[in-house]
Amino acid sequence: MATREEIADALSGMTLFGDLATPQLVGVASRFEEAFFAEGARILRQGLTGSAFFVILDGEAAIVVDGVQRATLGRGDYFGEVSILLGEPPTADVVALRPLRCVALPGADVEAFLIEHPRVLFRMLQAQSRRLRNANRARS
Amino acid sequence: MADPQRPFPPGTYPVIVIGSGPGGLQVAYELNRRGVEHAVLSADSGPGGMFRRWPFFQRLLSWTKPYASTDRNSRAFERWDWNSLLAEESELRGLQTEFMDGSSDFPSRPEMEASLTAFAERSGITVRYDCRWESTRRDDTAEGPRFTLTTSDGEYVCEHLILAVGIAEPFSPATPGIEHAVHYADTRAAETYAGRRLFIIGKQNSGFELASGLLQWASRITLASPSPARTSIETRSLVGVRARYVQPFEDSALGGGVDILSASVAEISRVAGAIRVDLKRSDNGMPVSLDVDEVIAATGFTCPLLDLPALGVATFGQARLPAQSAFWESATVPGIHFAGTITSGSAGLKKHGIPSYSGAVQGHRYNARILVERLAAKHFGVERPRTAIALGDLTDLVLDEATNAPELWHQKGYLARVVTVSPDDGIRDDGTVPLTHFLDTGGPDGIAITIEADGQGAIYPVAYIRRGTKIDEHALEPHPLHEFKGAPFRRQVGALLDLIAPGASAG
Repeated sequence: MATREEIADALSGMTLFGDLATPQLVGVASRFEEAFFAEGARILRQGLTGSAFFVILDGEAAIVVDGVQRATLGRGDYFGEVSILLGEPPTADVVALRPLRCVALPGADVEAFLIEHPRVLFRMLQAQSRRLRNANRARS
Repeated sequence: MADPQRPFPPGTYPVIVIGSGPGGLQVAYELNRRGVEHAVLSADSGPGGMFRRWPFFQRLLSWTKPYASTDRNSRAFERWDWNSLLAEESELRGLQTEFMDGSSDFPSRPEMEASLTAFAERSGITVRYDCRWESTRRDDTAEGPRFTLTTSDGEYVCEHLILAVGIAEPFSPATPGIEHAVHYADTRAAETYAGRRLFIIGKQNSGFELASGLLQWASRITLASPSPARTSIETRSLVGVRARYVQPFEDSALGGGVDILSASVAEISRVAGAIRVDLKRSDNGMPVSLDVDEVIAATGFTCPLLDLPALGVATFGQARLPAQSAFWESATVPGIHFAGTITSGSAGLKKHGIPSYSGAVQGHRYNARILVERLAAKHFGVERPRTAIALGDLTDLVLDEATNAPELWHQKGYLARVVTVSPDDGIRDDGTVPLTHFLDTGGPDGIAITIEADGQGAIYPVAYIRRGTKIDEHALEPHPLHEFKGAPFRRQVGALLDLIAPGASAG
């Protein structure tokens, strides 16, 4: 993975960005920055301010709360948005389970990005709604 | 007798450094200083790296303020000097000030090159110049991996390879018709653009450097890339186009012959008497087309890592930066280390979107020192002294560092000054290390102090307190003059220090 066009291609296959046309995807790809994390590296740190929004291009990561693994994430999954939207530090670590490639957008840029890309905002809202429904089902 | 003009003949060395720009020179200085045997090889014919060629126009993007401190030979002066390399000897410090003619706080390219050359000469750094690294082999031996480098002068073998080769390989995207463009690296003399319609692909500093330099020559200038350009004034960091290059923005805003577009280049083609550039707007995908005389691809550079990716060195991003550990070792091939601008591939936390300043001399010069400190301790038995600190001095040390430490001010949220406390060892100065190392590695109770910025304009110290396995972040209040020594700071830091070293606040 390297160029903007290659990243745009990768994003086009993801539900979150699935509604965007190619020029918009290239714009998204040049706004986000690619990042690589070795196995075992921490990407989000529980309790630390100033983190970013990440979308996984390749690899696998674990959500870890107080040292306990809660879930795993893979290609097309994203994380970090909840703490950014709420303006609070993350409540979990995210740790690379094997080498992980992501694209990242700084927290401060997320609001403007979502407002400029309402289709992405809609897809994110849909995903959050699904999570909320599943959490409610689990509780009832 | 070895030829003094051609030191480091082919052979086996514990450490081999490649590169003679600021990164390579700083590493060589640090290795010399610690008595670590090594060889320095460079494809260039003299010191200076990228500053032998770039920037084309005007001056550097990094300043040195000769009168900012009464003592140009002090550590404190480093904060006001983005360009000089680091030295322990006072006569080698702040060298850039000697090579400035007083017309600007931004040295010219030849002034920077002269300062680097003087540093290499006066500090006794030897380099085998005109020796080009061509390929690499890795052999796993009983003692660990060994790297064999084939060069234009023969074969070299080493245990530790330190690459300071810059982000210097011109990169052009695979846009149809890109052959009608020349890369930034091949920009001609300014006057040859007189009266020409110029199209620049890319809205980073290199694109705006050319636009600024050619304002008086070109008949029209258009810059385009898919995302909107931002200035460092808007981002309140070194992210974005630097203040030195804002004139094209003003010209664009006033309709003065410069156009700055958010669009991707769909195709470049030759038509009668012109080069046609077909664009697609990023906002609505609508086509835009224009005819120009010149197209320059200011589309950046990649790392010239040759065959290292085939040896397993993972890279990322358009610049193909190698993925690195906190201490700038390849994340995937131990034994290969990096110095100079390439260390920006060890991204750190990027809190609030603020990157390290490792892409510039004022940032990576500290990385080089820490890298060699680590390497020398781990592999060559040269330990950095861990000075004992009296309980009563702890608060002062932390507040002094927060107010003055050039390492922390130049590498915000990236490098941290660490003090640890343990029953066996007492209170020890653990020096300056990458913040992620302190956060992720564990160790005795301690404090890491950083300077951070929130991207909104505030700059403030942050104390990370480690107790057992838990680390808490405590941001101090910003101060309008960035002086963090007054009573409120003393109280706040004292209370935090009491958590790890009871009684510290009484100091």
